Amino acid sequence: MIAATDTSVASAALPMTKALNAGLRRAMLDDPRVLLMGEDIGPLGGVFRVTEGLIAEFGDKRVLDTPLAESGIIGTAIGLAMRGFRPVCEIQFDGFVFPGFDQITSQLARMRNRHEGGLIMPVVIRIPYGGHIGSVEHHQESPEAYFAHTPGLRVVSPSNPHDAYWMMQEAIASDDPVIFFEPKSRYWPKGEVRFGASGTPLHASRVVRAGLDVTVVGHGAMVSVLLQAADLAAAEGISLEVIDLRSISPIDYGPILGSVQKTGRLVVTQEAPGFVSVGSEIAATVAERSFYTLEAPVLRVSGFDTPFPPAAVETHFLPSPDRVLEAVDRVLAY
Amino acid sequence: MRTAAVTSSAAEAFGLDGAETCVRMIAPNGAFEPNAAAEEYLPYLDRLTEADHRRFYRDMVVVRRFDTEAANLQRQGQLALWVPSHGQEAAQVGSAYATRVQDHVFPSYREHVVGMIRGLDVVDILRMLRGVTLGGWVPEEHGNFHLYTLVLASQTLHATGYAMGMQLDGSTATGNPQTDQAVIVYYGDGASSQGDANEALVFAASYQTPQVFFLQNNHWAISVPVARQSRTPLYLRAGGFGMPGTQIDGNDVLASFAVTAKSMDDARAGHGPSLIEALTYRVGAHTTADDPTKYRDPDELAYWVARDPIVRFRSYLQGRGIEQQFLDSVDEEAADFAADTRRRALEVTGPEKSVIFDNVYAEPHPLVAEQKAWLERYEASFDEGKN
Repeated sequence: MIAATDTSVASAALPMTKALNAGLRRAMLDDPRVLLMGEDIGPLGGVFRVTEGLIAEFGDKRVLDTPLAESGIIGTAIGLAMRGFRPVCEIQFDGFVFPGFDQITSQLARMRNRHEGGLIMPVVIRIPYGGHIGSVEHHQESPEAYFAHTPGLRVVSPSNPHDAYWMMQEAIASDDPVIFFEPKSRYWPKGEVRFGASGTPLHASRVVRAGLDVTVVGHGAMVSVLLQAADLAAAEGISLEVIDLRSISPIDYGPILGSVQKTGRLVVTQEAPGFVSVGSEIAATVAERSFYTLEAPVLRVSGFDTPFPPAAVETHFLPSPDRVLEAVDRVLAY
Repeated sequence: MRTAAVTSSAAEAFGLDGAETCVRMIAPNGAFEPNAAAEEYLPYLDRLTEADHRRFYRDMVVVRRFDTEAANLQRQGQLALWVPSHGQEAAQVGSAYATRVQDHVFPSYREHVVGMIRGLDVVDILRMLRGVTLGGWVPEEHGNFHLYTLVLASQTLHATGYAMGMQLDGSTATGNPQTDQAVIVYYGDGASSQGDANEALVFAASYQTPQVFFLQNNHWAISVPVARQSRTPLYLRAGGFGMPGTQIDGNDVLASFAVTAKSMDDARAGHGPSLIEALTYRVGAHTTADDPTKYRDPDELAYWVARDPIVRFRSYLQGRGIEQQFLDSVDEEAADFAADTRRRALEVTGPEKSVIFDNVYAEPHPLVAEQKAWLERYEASFDEGKN
C-alpha cells in the first residue's frame, strides 16, 4: 500500500498529484468533518492517484468510493454539507461534470442564498481539466466559464505544486462552494512545495515573472506556456510580464490593472474556447477600468470555438508559446 | 407509437383500488376493513390515541380550507402562484405523524400540511409564493422541515446525503428509538422519472441510509398521466434498487400512518431505506397556472372525488361514534385558520433590496460587494435629484 504524502519535512520536490494529495491529507487531519467522495478514489487512489493512500489512513467513512453518478455525488455532498460535513468531491474528468451540472448550478451554488444565509455550503469539487494529454473525447476540456458564470460558486485553478498544496487546503476551509480545476498536463512535473510557508490567499492573482512590454495572463496549464513564451520573447528583446490568475471567480484585478498600467498592453490566454470566456471577461473589464492606459486592444489567445478536437491535432488547437507570441507581436504593433 | 397505453382511466385506477397488494385499513365508505396487505401494519395503529385520530381529521380539514384560501389569494393577485394539495391530505398527514421530533423531512413543494405538523407557520410558505423570499424558514427551527425544492427530485439526493451524514456522525441505529434519527423525502410520480430520484435510490441502497422515500403518486405530472412515467407500478421499482417497496391507499390516513411508522422505525433501527408509493389524486390543478379540464377525463375526477380522504376518515370517525360537535368545531377552526392566514399573508411585506446581494456567498466577494455599493449609489442619485 502506497502511503499518502509526508508533509513533516520543510519542503519537497513533488508532482502536483502528490502536492494535492498532501493538501487533502493535511485538511483531513486538521478537520474530522472533511470527507472525500468520488469514483475510484478509494483503493485505486483515483485515476490520477491524487487520493492515493488516503483510504488506508482515514478509512472508508472519510474516503467514500461512490456509485458511478456525478449528480448523485454532488447532490449527496450537498446533503452532507447541510449536516455539517465538508465534502471534497472528485469528478474523474472535465467532460464528466455535466451530469452533475444541475446540482452544482441550481442547488449547490444557491443553497446558502435560498436559506437566507442560514447555512454554509463548504463543498469542494475537484475537476482534472485541460488538454495536452492526448486523450479521447470528454477528457481534455476546459469548462471553467460555465462555473465562473454561476453566482454563488468560487472557481480556482493552481498552476504549480506549491499552490496546489495550499489552495486545496484554502478551498476546503472556505465556507462557500469551490470548483477546483486541476490542470492535468501539470499533474506530473515536479515543483518545490514549501510545507512550512503559508499560502497566497486563495483568490489572489500573482505576477510570476516581471516584465515591461506586454502583460500576459493565464491560469492553470497556460502559465507554463506563458513562461515559455516569455523566455522566447526575452531572446528577442521583448519583456513579458506573466500573471498567474489562480482564481477565476472572483478575479483579482489588482495585479492585472497594475501591470497594464506599466505595459499598456494585455494578452489574455486560455485553453477554453474564447467565445463568452474568462478571457473575454478580463478583456472587457480591463477595457472598462483601464481604457486610457491601454496602448493597444486587449487580445485573447484561446482554444478555437469548436469541440476539443481529436488528440492527433490538439497541438493546433491549444494555445502554444508561438500563438501567444503572435498576439504579443500584434499588440506591440500599435 | 402506442399512445393508447398512455391513459389514466378510472377503470385502470379502479383496478389498483382493488389490488390486494395495496395496503388499506379504511374502505372508501369509511368502514374499518384492513385488507390482507395491511395485516402486518395493524400493530402500529395501537400507537394512536383518540386524540391522534381527532388531530388527523382536524389537520386534513384545516389544510384543505387553507388550500382554498391560498388559491383565492393567488386569484386576487396576492401570490405569484399556488400549489394545491387538495386530495392528498391523508397521504401527507398520516406520513407526517409517523415521523419523530428528531427526524428530518425533505419536502418537494406540495407538502403544506407536513410542514404544519412539523411546526411550520404556513405563512412562511406563502412568503415564498408571494415573491419575498426564495426560501422562507430555517429548517432546524421548524421541526427539521427542509425548504421546498422546485427542481423536481433534486431534494431526493440532498435527503440521501443528509441521511448518510446521520450514519457518519452516529445519530442513527444506536438502538435508542427516542434519539435515533431518520430522513423522509417526499416526491411524486413525475419526479420519479428524473435521474436524481433514481441516483438517490442507488446511493441510499448502496450506503443503506436511514431513509424513507415517500412517493405520492397523484396520477398527474401537470398534464401528463402516470402511465407515461412508468409501465410498472412505481413501488415495484424499489426492488430493482434493492430496497423494500410498499404500495398504500394514499387516501387512507391510517394506512399512510402505519406503513410510514414501520418504515421510519426500520430506518432509525439501521435496517436501511425503503420506498412507499401512496396512491392518491391531485384533485385540483397542478398550480393556479394550470387548467386540468384540458387534459383530464371528468369521470376520472369523479371517481377520485368519491374516494375523498377527508370524507372517508369522517365516516370512519362517525362509525366510532365521534360527536357532531367535534366535527363542527373543526370546520369552525378551519375557517378561522384560513381567515387568520389570509390576514397575516396580506401583511407580509417585501424584503430590503440588500437581499439581492447579502447571502450569495458566506465570505466576502469583491464583485458582489461592488455591485451592492453601486446599486445604493445609483438609486440614491435619484433622491438627490429631487432636492
